[in-house]
Amino acid sequence: MLTPLFSSKLLIVLLFGTLFGLILGVLPGLGPTTGGALILPFTMTLDPLSAIVLLTSIYCAGTYGGAITAVLINTPGTPAAAATCLDGYPLAQKGEAGRALGMATVSSTVGGIFSVIILVFFAPLLAKLAYEFGQPEYFALAIFGLTMLSSIGEGSPIKNLVAGAFGILISTIGKDFMTSIDRFTYGINELSVGIGFIPVVVGLFAISEMLTQSTLLDQVFKRVALKAVKLPTKDDYKKTWKTILRSSGIGSFIGVLPAEGGTVASLIGYSEAKRFSKNPEEFGKGSIEGIAGAEAANNAATGGAMVPTLALGIPGSATTAVILTGLIIHGVRPGPDLFREQPDFLYGIFGAMLIANVLFFIFGFFGAKVFARITLVPNKILWPMIFAVSVCGTYSLSQSIIDVWIMLFFGVLGFFMRRFGFSVVPVIIGLILGELVEGTLRQSLVIFDGNWLMFLTRPIALTFFILSLIALAFPLLRSKKQKK
Amino acid sequence: MNNVRKQKRANKSLPFFFKDEFKVSFIIVFISIILLISTFSFDIVPPILNRGIQPATFPKALLILIISLTLIIYYLSIKNPWKIGKKLPKSFFLTLLSFLIFVIISKTLDFFLAISVLSIFVSYNWGEKRIFYLFLVGIIFPILVFIFFETILGLRFPPGIITNLYYY
Repeated sequence: MLTPLFSSKLLIVLLFGTLFGLILGVLPGLGPTTGGALILPFTMTLDPLSAIVLLTSIYCAGTYGGAITAVLINTPGTPAAAATCLDGYPLAQKGEAGRALGMATVSSTVGGIFSVIILVFFAPLLAKLAYEFGQPEYFALAIFGLTMLSSIGEGSPIKNLVAGAFGILISTIGKDFMTSIDRFTYGINELSVGIGFIPVVVGLFAISEMLTQSTLLDQVFKRVALKAVKLPTKDDYKKTWKTILRSSGIGSFIGVLPAEGGTVASLIGYSEAKRFSKNPEEFGKGSIEGIAGAEAANNAATGGAMVPTLALGIPGSATTAVILTGLIIHGVRPGPDLFREQPDFLYGIFGAMLIANVLFFIFGFFGAKVFARITLVPNKILWPMIFAVSVCGTYSLSQSIIDVWIMLFFGVLGFFMRRFGFSVVPVIIGLILGELVEGTLRQSLVIFDGNWLMFLTRPIALTFFILSLIALAFPLLRSKKQKK
Repeated sequence: MNNVRKQKRANKSLPFFFKDEFKVSFIIVFISIILLISTFSFDIVPPILNRGIQPATFPKALLILIISLTLIIYYLSIKNPWKIGKKLPKSFFLTLLSFLIFVIISKTLDFFLAISVLSIFVSYNWGEKRIFYLFLVGIIFPILVFIFFETILGLRFPPGIITNLYYY
């Protein structure tokens, strides 16, 4: 499992990935999803293990990096750090930025390592279970993943479902993979191969964020000075160890659920920390427990989200959708067979995630002040540069200028989606699950001789359908409870 | 809070077809209906080759789902109007225009010239007036990116008036 430590090449990749992830996490608007998508073309020069190690280290460090800006400038570097702002910034304003960042760093590391342990034990179990899955079960599982989109936290549940359905619809563009019949190509040859994942991700995340930044030029960040990151005191540990463990568990569990990710995990981790706290009135005013609850949960979601990604090929979050694409590009098919045929590869990933969590602790502890200075790069310099890399990165995968235009189209679309309250994450999940949903549905119908009711005769599939109904009803019940 | 109330009130006073909720829902439904109609022109597979369902069935079901959910969204928005976003500033439209310029230049002249023009255009319109920084984002950085992709990834960029100078 600690293979990466014994290979100088992998260690360099890990160091680079962690540093790059931290920079991405610190910069508001960027993040591990966009960063992973941008770096994907470069991974083509690496062997499969190095490529996935690079992407996973970006994922781990990027998730933590968001806390630095959340604490110092009250702007979450990543959506998963939004809950950290609630107490991190007020504590920093009281002159305790070092203490706030110290707690964020420690709880993120504990949450991250906890989730890797869950990943090591739980992913092989899930993979074993997946041997029982046939096409109908995979179809029901994919449907469950899609219905989970209704509760991803951003946007309204119905809007998320529309965005998810739109993502699946995009996956149907091109030649039908079973019959080779053109769908939605309108005579354009380039569309016959379908729409690539990278142009859509880079467009929806990087380009739409560039347009968002163009509307925020008059925004001024109030920066809190940071002398040095301080390790939590004994008293802080006493106050927060239960919260950190609880949030690590919550984050890992939420991460395992298909399509959910760090954002939901941190919100639930934060609210549970408040619920169990002896001093709930301190929350929102600089509570150290609030920071611990949010940060342990969002980093714990990273390992959790890798469980369905590796064991079933179903992404646990938007960033793991990028990692899944990376696996496929490098010829690695996630699923139960991966655990049987390439255990070394998997243990390399587990080890890399473990080391990445230790590395970002070291970098965060000694370098948070330096990373925070990255936010001083003005947007008017930064975003044209990101545009240049986005365009070249998108072009490079298929060497197609059409991909660049598709990226621009989705950039504009993503901007308006976000403006009107539609999250872009479901589009990505829908796009990556689209082929699985349609393929397994059609193959199941062949098996069932066209009888749809036969789905209900399969216990595992039926369980997933019931879970899907619960997932759909959950946001409704939650909003009713909140109204009360 | 007051601003949100004011915005909601302002939104309520508009005729329904001027409201964001209607415009967005209408556009989604309109495009979905056009796409739905186009699915009827997809080729039909003979029963012997047909695997489960016809190739058009799945997209049709998805489009019907999108239309139905959008109608629910609109219905819910009547009871609970959306928050209206701030009016989009000039810099947004200029950035959008720069994308259009990028497409035109990359199609007709040169891919890297298009990146340079867009970078300078965006940087300038976002407030950067210093020549050195405009030179940095518009010339030096794209050259570095070009060399990086060319040498490390062995990528060949599309021909154009500047790119050809490098290749020939």
